[in-house]
Amino acid sequence: MKQEQAFWRQLVLRIPYLWLLAFFLVPFLIVLKISLSQTAIAQPPYTPVLDAAAGWHGLAALFAGLSLDNYVLLGSDPLYLLSCLKSVEIAAFATLLLLVIGYPLAYGIARTPRRWQAVLVLLTVLPFWTSLLIRIYAWMNILQRDGPLNDVLVAFSIVKEPPVWLSTDTAIYIGIVYSYLPFMVLPLYATLEKLDESLLEAAADLGCPRWKIFWLVTLPLSSSGVLAGVLLCFIPIVGEFVIPDLLGGSQSPMIGQTIWMEFFGNKDWPAASAVAVVLVCLLVTPIVVYQNQAMRVAERE
Amino acid sequence: MTMRRVSAFNLAAIVVGIAFLYLPIVLLVIYSFNASRLVAVWGGWSTRWYTELVDDAPLVDSALISFRLALTSATAAAVLGTLAALALVRFGRFRGRLLFAAMIYAPLVMPEVITGLSLLLLFVAIAVDRGFWTVAIAHTTMAMCFVTVIVQSRLVDFDTSLEEAAMDLGASPLRTFLSVTLPLILPAIAAAWMLAFALSLDDLVIASFTTGPGATTLPIRIYSEVRLGVKPEMNAVCSIMVGVVGIAVIAASLLAKLSGARGVPARVR
Repeated sequence: MKQEQAFWRQLVLRIPYLWLLAFFLVPFLIVLKISLSQTAIAQPPYTPVLDAAAGWHGLAALFAGLSLDNYVLLGSDPLYLLSCLKSVEIAAFATLLLLVIGYPLAYGIARTPRRWQAVLVLLTVLPFWTSLLIRIYAWMNILQRDGPLNDVLVAFSIVKEPPVWLSTDTAIYIGIVYSYLPFMVLPLYATLEKLDESLLEAAADLGCPRWKIFWLVTLPLSSSGVLAGVLLCFIPIVGEFVIPDLLGGSQSPMIGQTIWMEFFGNKDWPAASAVAVVLVCLLVTPIVVYQNQAMRVAERE
Repeated sequence: MTMRRVSAFNLAAIVVGIAFLYLPIVLLVIYSFNASRLVAVWGGWSTRWYTELVDDAPLVDSALISFRLALTSATAAAVLGTLAALALVRFGRFRGRLLFAAMIYAPLVMPEVITGLSLLLLFVAIAVDRGFWTVAIAHTTMAMCFVTVIVQSRLVDFDTSLEEAAMDLGASPLRTFLSVTLPLILPAIAAAWMLAFALSLDDLVIASFTTGPGATTLPIRIYSEVRLGVKPEMNAVCSIMVGVVGIAVIAASLLAKLSGARGVPARVR
């Protein structure tokens, strides 16, 4: 019996473990290796290639052929630095916008009667189920020069000349806030819903003004939700591709677009890999913080 | 007395928030019925873009590929993700747990460009022909982590005494799992399967990297059509997808409600 149990345990553990090693960790190491290789006009388009038949000799030759050239290139060409900065800037500002917009929504949902909450949460999450591509495409419709947004703005004489929205950073922000709103609202709602209302009443009874109650009680008590929401938005936004590609302009791409361009456009696999490694380095700290938090939450429950 | 003012503010936040989330999709659907070829000019109601879709063979092809792909990868992800969740929740502190947990949580937030690029480089390194199956593997890997998180949350508030009782009564571990554990976590697995299905159906970036000849998914097709601008046919395609997803999600949540009401065995609160 014990033996049988041990057998199943090993099976249950090993299958997903091996899968993730093979299709998550190993690919990562390959990216790292190729980022240290040179471009070549060959198939695959980089050297050195590991020659498995040559055994240890092949491995030694492989290591001898690696170099940091690609990273030197990244440092010397301002294009890469600019796209890094632009990604971080857009992600940081968009995350802030999301927090400012998502907090009142999450708070509002958490303060409605119980039976409404489930429906409202479902309504918030529902758009997330439709493809990101489609939602961004919907905004391409709206933000066109003679699209509905400009129609409304002109009809109410808010602007005289219809402004250009597409291919601007504003359009990127609109697209990001729209697409990531559920990711911000859900963790916020999860903590705000557990908030003990008697604490707020106590503060109010003791004569604390409303804004101060929010600042001193509500906000600190929901800090874990804020952190989760911020990380859940910030990390993927830095590497976002679809939104800036469809809504943004072609000048100054984000880092995800740079990887895509190096790979599909220039066919420079080593450079694309090097940019990918830089992106991972950029995200390592937030990802580790996020992981620790996610694991803590999973274990506490 | 201050409570009323708050609820007005809360109500406004909810109404504006929900409107912001739905207005673009509603507009998209309305525009898909626009008779005019110029998307921005209203030419009256018409279903011509929908009828034209049927004759677009490559598009129909891509839709079928995407559907098959989503079925395959969601099913594989549901199995692998459930196993991983069981390992994380039930096995205590085994060797390599930290790495395992890290590999589960990292893909959840990993930018898709990186996942796609790294998997492609793996497929090239081991010289596999890219196509349907490479995309399926990529989608499975991405989706299984979401499955794990969902099933895990179900497993942690699970009454293990039921399993112990079954074991005490002489059921084998496999039997115990199949007749006690699995039925209890099935709703979570079903929900996770749906999420995995939706993720696969949506994905553009990972599929673009890992696909090969003959496996052009629907998002790849749509992307190549719309990147240069809005097209009425694409409004119709996107509206159909919104409709399918909307119906599926609403049906699933009703189903969950029904099965919940019928009572997954009495969990005393």
